[in-house]
Amino acid sequence: MDPEVLERIDHLIDETGAEESHLIGTLQDIQKELNYLPEEALRLISQKIGVPLSQVYSIATFYKAFSLEPRGRHLVNVCMGTACHVRGGVQILEKLERETGIHAGETTADRRFSLEAVRCLGCCGLAPVVMIDGNFHGKLTQKDLDRLLDQYP
Amino acid sequence: MGVRLTIDGRPVEVPEGTTILEAAQTLGIEIPTLCYHEALEPYGACRLCLVEVRAGSARGATQVASCVFPARENLEVTTDSPEITEVRRVLLELLLARCPESPQIRRLAEEFGVRETPFQLRDEACILCGLCVRACAEVVGARAIDFSFRGRALEVKPPLKVPSVSCIACGTCTTVCPTDAVRLDEIARTAHRHRIGEHAPGERCRVCAAYPASPEFPASYEDWFEPGGSNS
Amino acid sequence: MKTYRTHLLLCAGTGCVSNHSFEIKRALEEELARHNLTDEIAVVATGCNGFCERGPVMLVEPDGIFYQQLKVEDIPHLVEEHFLKGRPVEKLMYTEKRGAPPVSRMNDIEFFRHQILVALRNRGRIDPEKIEEYIAHDGYLSLAKVLKEMTPEEVISEIKTSGLRGRGGAGFPTGMKWEFCRRSPGDEKYVVCNADEGDPGAFMDRSILEADPHAVLEGMTIGAYAIGARQGFIYVRDEYPLAVERIKLAIQAAEDLGLLGEAILGTGFSFSVQVVRGGGAFVCGEETALMASIEGRMGRPRPRPPFPAESGLWGQPTNINNVETWANVPIILARGGLWYASIGTPSSKGTKVFSLVGKVANTGLVEVPMGIKLREIIFDIGGGVPGGKKFKAVQTGGPSGGCIPESLLDLQVDYEQLAEAGAIMGSGGLIVMDEDTCMVDVARYFVSFLEDESCGKCLPCREGLQRMHEILDDITEGRGTPGHLDLLERLAGAVKKASLCGLGATAPNPVLTTLRYFKDEYEAHIHEGRCPAAVCKALIRFAIDEEKCTGCTACVRVCPSDCITGEKKQPHVIDQERCIKCGACIEVCKFDAVRKA
Repeated sequence: MDPEVLERIDHLIDETGAEESHLIGTLQDIQKELNYLPEEALRLISQKIGVPLSQVYSIATFYKAFSLEPRGRHLVNVCMGTACHVRGGVQILEKLERETGIHAGETTADRRFSLEAVRCLGCCGLAPVVMIDGNFHGKLTQKDLDRLLDQYP
Repeated sequence: MGVRLTIDGRPVEVPEGTTILEAAQTLGIEIPTLCYHEALEPYGACRLCLVEVRAGSARGATQVASCVFPARENLEVTTDSPEITEVRRVLLELLLARCPESPQIRRLAEEFGVRETPFQLRDEACILCGLCVRACAEVVGARAIDFSFRGRALEVKPPLKVPSVSCIACGTCTTVCPTDAVRLDEIARTAHRHRIGEHAPGERCRVCAAYPASPEFPASYEDWFEPGGSNS
Repeated sequence: MKTYRTHLLLCAGTGCVSNHSFEIKRALEEELARHNLTDEIAVVATGCNGFCERGPVMLVEPDGIFYQQLKVEDIPHLVEEHFLKGRPVEKLMYTEKRGAPPVSRMNDIEFFRHQILVALRNRGRIDPEKIEEYIAHDGYLSLAKVLKEMTPEEVISEIKTSGLRGRGGAGFPTGMKWEFCRRSPGDEKYVVCNADEGDPGAFMDRSILEADPHAVLEGMTIGAYAIGARQGFIYVRDEYPLAVERIKLAIQAAEDLGLLGEAILGTGFSFSVQVVRGGGAFVCGEETALMASIEGRMGRPRPRPPFPAESGLWGQPTNINNVETWANVPIILARGGLWYASIGTPSSKGTKVFSLVGKVANTGLVEVPMGIKLREIIFDIGGGVPGGKKFKAVQTGGPSGGCIPESLLDLQVDYEQLAEAGAIMGSGGLIVMDEDTCMVDVARYFVSFLEDESCGKCLPCREGLQRMHEILDDITEGRGTPGHLDLLERLAGAVKKASLCGLGATAPNPVLTTLRYFKDEYEAHIHEGRCPAAVCKALIRFAIDEEKCTGCTACVRVCPSDCITGEKKQPHVIDQERCIKCGACIEVCKFDAVRKA
């Protein structure tokens, strides 16, 4: 692994505080910065915080915020909350699967998009909703999706 | 100060902090368990030890896991009510559907009259009871394995699914496993040295209790020391 | 503080923000500057106003005039007409339907008229990032009163008198919970705010944290004093970045003014709060899983007893309450427990915040007194079901709750009444469903959700939910058999009784209530191979009505599987073999010519 990246991970661990109660927060910071959790990060955390690697791995796989594989440049999160479900969320997800050529939970080969079906995003007044890179797009129709992804090269 | 309760109509007094399961054991009442082990902290995951409790006349009965629920003054416990029996049936049917090929599960289910299951069959060996994980953590202290993922994808593996540096190949996990599902060769880093020729094909190794996967193990010294082989 | 003649309270909750309310704010500021009105008129970005369906919204005070569905293009005209010339702009006001007269005042609009704001008292009125505005609205006065004039026991007594029950879903009496925690032996106690809001369709907690974070902080501080805790945690879902930001700002602002941290308000009482972000796990809303998560472990529930009040975080007595519960505390201390108890029903006191969503005209966030009828909420406040469709059910309590049919719409909103109907109050999500919703599909949806979110520790939840999902898949895909219904009931019964935690124990509720009230739909799927609501793909066909089709080829052009043939001005035909039932044709047809049957 690139020594600079390793150093960056090391720094992030120290920044939050190398303690067990900061374990999840540290993992979140690394996930945010590197777009995934490399194996080396898990091992380094285990060493520095002093918890077994099995515990770090458990946490990294238990929570959906983390991925052990690099995610796409753009995270396309389709809300599957109940309000979105009854207002056509399933059709929106299927259309996006057709547009990107991947299924929910996968990343495109060129690493441009990662598509996820996510839990309720909490803006049910705008159902159905898709969140891309933190931007909320609401009251979507299948037609809207024709041009939506173009905004994210 | 003792705690007095009744189990299946029979009174018993036990020290404070005793669980219902332990109290029942003193009376010789058998409650089925799968994830319980006297050497480990009770876990309450398999739910087979479910019993009905009633605290006085106030409310109706609730179902609790007897391995973790503490005995309380005046508690009325029933271990074999129709509801409990029905719940147990469903749990066993679920287990049978998960591990239809497991002799231990089939035997356990048979004890309660469950011989078939209405659910689609899978073919797992591990019942995710956690005994191996807990034994490795509480008794051995190595914490080489743990649960990973969750829900449908829950599994027990060494971290990153490669043999673990922390594993000391003691075999405790394989000993506590109720369904012989633990594969020590997946967890331990050191290539396990079986005595050549000591086993008939399919016989279990007396050291690690893992099934020696016969085709992989060499039949002679020449095969064992082949360059590039697992022991070179 | 500077004084202005007019305040423009612009909603900047997540919903309106995604609808460009920040751009509208910029446009307003530019226009006001252009007309030299900046010193007279202030633009305030507030938290969620609640009327999400009509966002972006803006309230003009002190006039009380309410604007909705604002667009950036409207702003120059609005500023010139209303703020320069004093003529409110009618075309930007709310109308119940096209052609109806505009309603200029917010509190005259049906959506707002029936609401009583207690937990949401400051919503849409203050800038959540300015502590001075919270204080100007009597913020932190309760804390001062508590610290200077009341003992912890007196505080607990007031909360008990109020009858406040946990607003996260379980409805446990809050005062009693605090008392248990206070009485538990331990030197280091903790208070926790559960902001993991996982119920799909619920966004009450997000709104409160975004609109009025100090209400939660003040509530927690009062609670900590009552219980004897020095440290608090606010556990917020990872998916609520704006809420996390606002609460962190609020903590800093409160600490700067000595309202949080060491020696609060110059007394001997110290209390500090840390924000912990969730990792994306619904089960972490369960209190023992939440605590495990704070401790840096997997969010897996453990058996109770012991309860958190006895043994919680790191084995110490811990009190966990929901965001809305905490937000009610300061006002209860200000106006008294008896005042709070005067609202509501005998068993359910006070008000409740609901997120009214789904097939309803006025989607948004509402706060109503306990005891109000469901019918009132959905039809009076909510404006009923849009599009001329018929109401079918309202789902309450999220995945732990149930679907209530029309025949029970006169039920009062009350913990016990909802429980009797097989549903639960839950955190307050109210999802309205109409004739186009398939109840079997809804049951399958909830089971699938919980199967995904199950931690997997206990057998009945992990295996039971998977099997329930399999059966519901069979039914919705045309492979249902009569035996399936009995099997579902047996499974549901076992999962309910045997699960380790609340997630599993309540998971069967959506299935059980739909079986109870909508059995005919299940039977249609099984015996007739028919989905009455025309939702389940395996049981429906898309077909074009020849009489209505004008041959415009709009559907031909959008069909992703090229299964529609037809010349211009000739009726089009769908090839059933290739149709993937995506619905793109229905969406685009202006003549209502595509039928689902």
